[in-house]
Amino acid sequence: MVMKKGTRRKTDRARYRGAGLILCVLLLLIADAWSAETRWNVQVREGQVRSAPSFLAKIVARTSYGEWVTPIQDQGAWKKVKTNAGVQGWMHVSALTTKNLALRAGTTNRRTSATGGEIALAGKGFSEDVEKQYKNLNRNLDYTWVDRTERFRVSPEEMQAFLKRGELAPAEGGAQ
Amino acid sequence: MNKNLWYRCLPLIAVLSLASCQTMETVADVATVIGQGTGAISASQANSIRRTTKAVSRSAEDFTPEQEYYIGRSVGAVVLSKYKPHDILAVNQYVNVLGQTLAQASDLPQIFGGYHFLVLNSDDINAFATPSGLVFVTRGLLRCCRNEDDLAAVLAHEIGHIERRHGMAAIEKARITEALTTIAVEGAKTLGSREVAQLTRTFGGAIGDITNTMINKGYSRASEYEADGVAAALLRRVGYDPNGLLEMLTAMKRNLKPGGLDFAKTHPAPDDRIAELRKSGLGRTDVRPAAARQKRFQQILGRI
Repeated sequence: MVMKKGTRRKTDRARYRGAGLILCVLLLLIADAWSAETRWNVQVREGQVRSAPSFLAKIVARTSYGEWVTPIQDQGAWKKVKTNAGVQGWMHVSALTTKNLALRAGTTNRRTSATGGEIALAGKGFSEDVEKQYKNLNRNLDYTWVDRTERFRVSPEEMQAFLKRGELAPAEGGAQ
Repeated sequence: MNKNLWYRCLPLIAVLSLASCQTMETVADVATVIGQGTGAISASQANSIRRTTKAVSRSAEDFTPEQEYYIGRSVGAVVLSKYKPHDILAVNQYVNVLGQTLAQASDLPQIFGGYHFLVLNSDDINAFATPSGLVFVTRGLLRCCRNEDDLAAVLAHEIGHIERRHGMAAIEKARITEALTTIAVEGAKTLGSREVAQLTRTFGGAIGDITNTMINKGYSRASEYEADGVAAALLRRVGYDPNGLLEMLTAMKRNLKPGGLDFAKTHPAPDDRIAELRKSGLGRTDVRPAAARQKRFQQILGRI
């Protein structure tokens, strides 16, 4: 009799644990969905926050890779966001992701939102260090022209002048 | 595993199967911690669940943009070990202004390190686009272009490969799992020299997968037609004549040497690409760019 009572209590406890587990996981899912909607991660090396939804608009702030921004408004392929520093402006949606880059491997500049464990993950994966090791193993590879090519930069103003001089008229939504 | 344990793990399994890949990892991590804490699963079972959920959710998409960038840089270095750059500033500047203007109008204007273009000093008819946004075009391919619209078509096709991530898709699945497992399963531990060496080997393997596809095997026909489709749309969007693509392919057909190790080997025959483009309404090979546009093209690339 006593044994049976004990077993029932054990089963009840297991049920409570099971229910608790469901509750926790559901809350977690809701929280995850909510944060995906409310925060976006900058996925380019240098994110530009502009005064209007156009590449020609003035840059009002710069954000770094892995920094979280809060979306305020959508307009086509642009999002009005608020940065960590509290600046509001427009970013092109291709510079943003809902993926949490801080939880994934990478390098240095995402200190702002990462916890201790996340920072420990930073620097893992295919990074500058791995490139260095790879270079050491492949002495025939020369990165001089890779670096030089990456230095060819064209400003939005130059692009605009190029289009105008070439008598090119971008369609609605293009090039801007 | 007793019946009770199954019962306790059931909600966990149900939730995992419903969740998306990325969410799944986070949820799995936390749920296994809870499971462990309540005594439902042991530490080794928890680790095994973590490893399994990580392994099944792996794809090239799981590499961060920063990792894609480093992969692309080394792919670029491999291309540049086979081809020398055409070191003429005016030519490279012109190709960059045109290429970056097109890229900015594409559906993927912003990538980790931006788009950058370089002309290669070779008579081969060839072009390469790395996942990091480096685009290489040979002088031989530039000679297939009679005007800026044709050149825009060449660059737009390469931007198409980047936009649709064809390079990253060339990395073998097993290698992706291997790389991301080394990175993630090791967790918050500091990577030792053995892990770094392992990661460097995997990195080299991924570079090999991409360069072998780009330089030797070529992308699938479907990927090439897809890049042509992106190019035609992009040309229209910026104001170029999309028939430039057709005109360029017609010239390429004349210039390609049968049995060559360039586009002749890695791309569908120009005729097949032309036939595919005709289905989408392109048909002319008499592109007439504005006089000012033709003048600058002739000035810079007239004797390439």
